[in-house]
Amino acid sequence: MAAGTHTHLTSVETDAAPAALVETLRRTLAALRVPLGALVAALLVFGVFMAVIGRNPLEIYQQMFRGSFGTWFSFQNTLLRAAPLMLTALATALPGRLGLVVLGGEGGMVLGGLTAAVAGAAMKNHGHGPMAVAAATLLTGAVVGGVWVAIGGALRAYRGVNETIATLLLNYIAIALLNHFVEGPLRDPASLNKPSTLPIGDENMITSIPGLDVHWGLAWGLGACLLGWFLMQRTLFGFSARMIGGNVRAALLNGLPVARLIVLATFLGGLCAGLAGAVEVAAIHGTANASLVTGYGYTGVLVAFIARQNPLAVIPVSIVIGGIGASGGLLQRGFDLPDATVNVLQGILFIAILLSETLHGRAKVRAKAKGPKANVKMAPTTGGEVAA
Amino acid sequence: MNQPIARPPFRRFGRLSRSFPRLWLLPALLAGTLPAAAHAADAPAAKPAGTMTVGFIYVGPKTDFGYNQAHAQGAASIAKLPGVKIREEEMVPETVAVQKTMESMINLDGAKLIFPTSFGYFDPHILKVAEKHKDVTFLHCGGLYTEGKHPSNVGSYFGYIDEAEYVSGIVAALTSKSGKLGFIAAKAIPQVLRNINSFTLGARSVNPKVTTTVIFTGDWAMPVKEAEAANSLIDQGVDVLTAHVDSPKVIVELAERRGAMVTGYHANQSALAPKGYLTGAEWNWGKVYGDYIKLIQGGKPYPHLLRGGLKEGFVKVSDYGPAVSADAKKKADAAKAKFMAGTMVIYKGPLKDNTGKEVIAKGVEQKQTDIKLESMDYLVEGVIGKTH
Repeated sequence: MAAGTHTHLTSVETDAAPAALVETLRRTLAALRVPLGALVAALLVFGVFMAVIGRNPLEIYQQMFRGSFGTWFSFQNTLLRAAPLMLTALATALPGRLGLVVLGGEGGMVLGGLTAAVAGAAMKNHGHGPMAVAAATLLTGAVVGGVWVAIGGALRAYRGVNETIATLLLNYIAIALLNHFVEGPLRDPASLNKPSTLPIGDENMITSIPGLDVHWGLAWGLGACLLGWFLMQRTLFGFSARMIGGNVRAALLNGLPVARLIVLATFLGGLCAGLAGAVEVAAIHGTANASLVTGYGYTGVLVAFIARQNPLAVIPVSIVIGGIGASGGLLQRGFDLPDATVNVLQGILFIAILLSETLHGRAKVRAKAKGPKANVKMAPTTGGEVAA
Repeated sequence: MNQPIARPPFRRFGRLSRSFPRLWLLPALLAGTLPAAAHAADAPAAKPAGTMTVGFIYVGPKTDFGYNQAHAQGAASIAKLPGVKIREEEMVPETVAVQKTMESMINLDGAKLIFPTSFGYFDPHILKVAEKHKDVTFLHCGGLYTEGKHPSNVGSYFGYIDEAEYVSGIVAALTSKSGKLGFIAAKAIPQVLRNINSFTLGARSVNPKVTTTVIFTGDWAMPVKEAEAANSLIDQGVDVLTAHVDSPKVIVELAERRGAMVTGYHANQSALAPKGYLTGAEWNWGKVYGDYIKLIQGGKPYPHLLRGGLKEGFVKVSDYGPAVSADAKKKADAAKAKFMAGTMVIYKGPLKDNTGKEVIAKGVEQKQTDIKLESMDYLVEGVIGKTH
């Protein structure tokens, strides 16, 4: 039935290209109005907060911009910080389309990183070249991360365990496993005061993207978000996933293999988190150690919720959150503010966006009650209604 | 199968996500503002000629009564010097974040000298940034520099704080009524083991019956586990506690509340335990930083690998608290005098570990500079606990 809707939509757009273009633009602006409005509101509230503690909000805004987007260096800093968030956000966003709340990105990333380092070092010690080492590193990390988060999905699907709690607790287990292996059986004897696994070797590290001071992890993040969006919006799997998210009983009645799809979606989410861990090892540390516990998994949850579980929206949200992180240092150094300042801003932003969704929805209902101005023909443009 | 999955779906996310895909425009919008931004981006803040900007980076809060506060106190003493301006950033994780903080200090603040103070910042973060910015000097805390292997604009310093631990052990043993001392430690790595062993050797030098019970918490900042460990040690009859964790604050406060005594670590914690604080092993980074800055301002070569103990003024022993007897002060001062004279050797044979194995043969002396001490993996006789 959705296929029919889509065909209809496409034909309308091709029939009247300029009108459709205008309409697309109008809808784009309408869609941007809410999150951008929330961003501005959050910044205003943050400015009031700064004024209350005796700082000039305008100077703060100026320095934040300078630290996040205002110079080429700052912009690259922002992108570099955004790269892992794109991947860890997908760990929450992909299962999120099925109505699941998964917090397991951190655990997937940590264990993905650990096993990636072990696989990479093993390949290197067997005399393989950089390509083989990189492939083994990334592949192992991704698969292990996927399996780890899928455990939470399987518990949900087959045992009725709340997936939020299960994936959250799996994070602690993953960190404990990392510490145990890094300080015990897998410890490189040469790593004295910073216990680590054997290095994968400088020559096997992932390099920077040419012309940018950002490693290839950014490309992986962007690619994963695009693929995730395609998967969710343009494939049968995505349609089924959104149907489960919309009404699980209807999905079951329609004969969808709900349990299997839940496990698969959590696996795909974990795959991205594991990849983030593998990139962290292959592009930055060159080995696995306690520095892998970065909190990116939890920031990813924040990103996924602000992006409303939409893989494509994860990209700009990651960049905004990365930018806030990048500007945090400058705020500390320039204004003698505590590190928690940027956390306050992130918190305000999170609340503002979630709140604006609610208010926005209400405003629409009221407008409709007064008598809709919108053309009735436009109704099908709300394609993907199945997700509702 | 029905049971696990049947629960209210997340209606809101499904419906709202529809309007979100167009957010991909956001980066484009942001990029559009870049030229204007680049124009607005000012050069590093204006400052009087001849002023050197010095950056300090901490892994935790700079008011932690511990590792980071010790460094921040050193930084504060540097800030008073003529021709020096400091910029500080706290809570910087040992990830790519610290690389960007260093570069941000260089690019946006104009820093020429940076003190990244956490041990884990060195490899790969400082090494990588130092390669890129040859005109900036990086001085790291940890003593990890190797001539020829590491960039020439990098230095690393460390202090023999176990000398102050040895003195603290003497005071602890002579003040304890039960003869049971407790040591709460983060990880069983060489640096930490050396402190536990020196503390115990100091204690047993004045009372061979004294024991030190060790509890490892597994990580540098685990306040809850540290409190549990402190409680359990006190319950076992331990009446003097000490610690090697990033912030001994929780342990010191808890001991004071329960009527136990403590010796401090990293910084002076006497304000937290006016009754029970006996003495402590403190860093004296102000001295080290001051010496470095004098050399660098004068354009003179500076030592790339710098280590020192009580004699060199890198570390110091806290002033004795009210519970310390005159006899204990006398014996502790005598040991301190030997360190100051350079005649004291802590590690000399015959020395057994706590499993009865001889670790240093009779007649062998391992002075502070001995490379063997850098890979210590045992606990000496009198310590109750295991390294793994």
